[in-house]
Amino acid sequence: MNFYAIKAIYLFEMSRTFRTITQSLLAPVISTILYFVVFGSAIGSKIQTIEGISYGVFIVPGLVMLSVLMQSITNASFAIYFPKFIGTINELLSAPVSTLDIIIGYIGAAATKSFSIGILILLTAHLFVPLNIIHPFYMISFLLLTCFTFCLFGFIIGLWAKNFEQLNLVPMLIITPLVFLGGSFYSISMLPLFWQKLSMFNPVVYLISGFRWTFFNVSDFSFTISLIATISFATLCLIIIFYMFKTSYKIRT
Amino acid sequence: MQPIISINNLNKKYLGGFEALKNISLEINKGEIFALLGPNGAGKTTLISIISGISIASSGEVKVNNYDVIKDSLKTKSIIGLVPQEVSIEQFETVLGTVNFSRGLFGKKNNPAYVKGILKQLSLWEKRNSRIIELSGGMKRRVLIAKALSHEPLVLFLDEPTAGVDVELRKDMWNIIKNLKKKGVTIILTTHYIEEAENIADRIGVINDGKILLIEEKEFLMKKMGKKILNIFVNKPLDIIPNSLTKYALKLSADGKTLTYTYDINKDRTGITMLLNDLSNEQIQLKDIQTKQSSLEDIFVNIVKE
Repeated sequence: MNFYAIKAIYLFEMSRTFRTITQSLLAPVISTILYFVVFGSAIGSKIQTIEGISYGVFIVPGLVMLSVLMQSITNASFAIYFPKFIGTINELLSAPVSTLDIIIGYIGAAATKSFSIGILILLTAHLFVPLNIIHPFYMISFLLLTCFTFCLFGFIIGLWAKNFEQLNLVPMLIITPLVFLGGSFYSISMLPLFWQKLSMFNPVVYLISGFRWTFFNVSDFSFTISLIATISFATLCLIIIFYMFKTSYKIRT
Repeated sequence: MQPIISINNLNKKYLGGFEALKNISLEINKGEIFALLGPNGAGKTTLISIISGISIASSGEVKVNNYDVIKDSLKTKSIIGLVPQEVSIEQFETVLGTVNFSRGLFGKKNNPAYVKGILKQLSLWEKRNSRIIELSGGMKRRVLIAKALSHEPLVLFLDEPTAGVDVELRKDMWNIIKNLKKKGVTIILTTHYIEEAENIADRIGVINDGKILLIEEKEFLMKKMGKKILNIFVNKPLDIIPNSLTKYALKLSADGKTLTYTYDINKDRTGITMLLNDLSNEQIQLKDIQTKQSSLEDIFVNIVKE
């Protein structure tokens, strides 16, 4: 393993974040505040509790997941797509780095960013509502796992994308609807039976449900199922990335 | 001499069907400066890309330091430095940042003294904290060289390193290349500037349409294929070349004031003495004479034309 290369990639990516620190951190925080104003105060005041939890508090895990998923995908896809776009990927391809080195460097940096944003959103949420996290260790671990998993997914999109349009296509057209329909702002049990059944095919449902369990010990599905689903998805993403590098799919000519 | 790069029957066919390289076989010796000449689209960059691991060959074998570039890619890549044709660097990174990044990427521990030495040699030290976007085109090319040298490579590829840079910088780069050779670095240079190859290369390869047309020692090539030209300036303009001089295949300039004679320097008899005698016999008075050696550029143009 090329530790110096992993360190170089990680620090290089992090320095890119620090150059745009204001927009990197400020945008998700403002979005969260807006969600709290709209859903927490305006709509939330009309809803008393869900499963015994006040609505403002109930939506916190969903809001964190919403931002973390989008940030993970965007950070990781952009991190590898941009070198492809400007041609600096050739330096990476000509360097003695393995696929694992590349994954650790890029995914490590992207996951660090999205994890930091997740924590920042939690802190922002704490300004609006009292938060009492029942399983803090599981919460941190599950958040980290989610960051890594969706950074891997974003990395695939970045490798696959031919242009900026394709780069935005998956997050905008697939991830955003899945997150909004994945129980970010409601419990799946509140839906009619048909939609409940249909929601079971939405992988984000398991993420939000699992994450909500770490906060409130209440969830639509067992935490173990959420954990297995997330780890399985991460494994699948890893296999796809290794395959793409091995076959040079859309990487080398 | 021991080859550091061995290429055997290398072929590259792109997905669209374009054949960029056709059965290339080539050996580059340790410590030499090898200049690869060829027109646009000849296959120079494709060849470099395959050796350095950016592209994959369709068939054939490439070994660097006796290691296969596919099976032992991590070993071969670690000793190769590449200065790409395109100036592709993260524009918002600083000079020092991007050079340190390259060193780390190639598995080398941070070495501020070594990096400082490279930046000083390339007149970049004063600009070390400048962002790439703030540099001139020539300075950006220097940064590319600094990045390629940052990990102390044994083999350095320079793909059109002086394209679009001024004469002063070009000569600076030649000096840098000559110094690297003294340190034992093998240098493979592709260039459009024949003058560049003529000045610094030990051996010349000519590639066109994906095929190697010629590989030769530069000095030998110049001698083997070099012809000399004798320009004879006459006092009174001539209307035609006298019949007695037709055997010399002379060319008369449009103004009738210059006769041009081409001869082979490798022949025992060049025919110059006889020509001068015959000119004297024809009562043609000479104003001046001038000889000119054909350049590598003339040789290159002739080979590619053939």
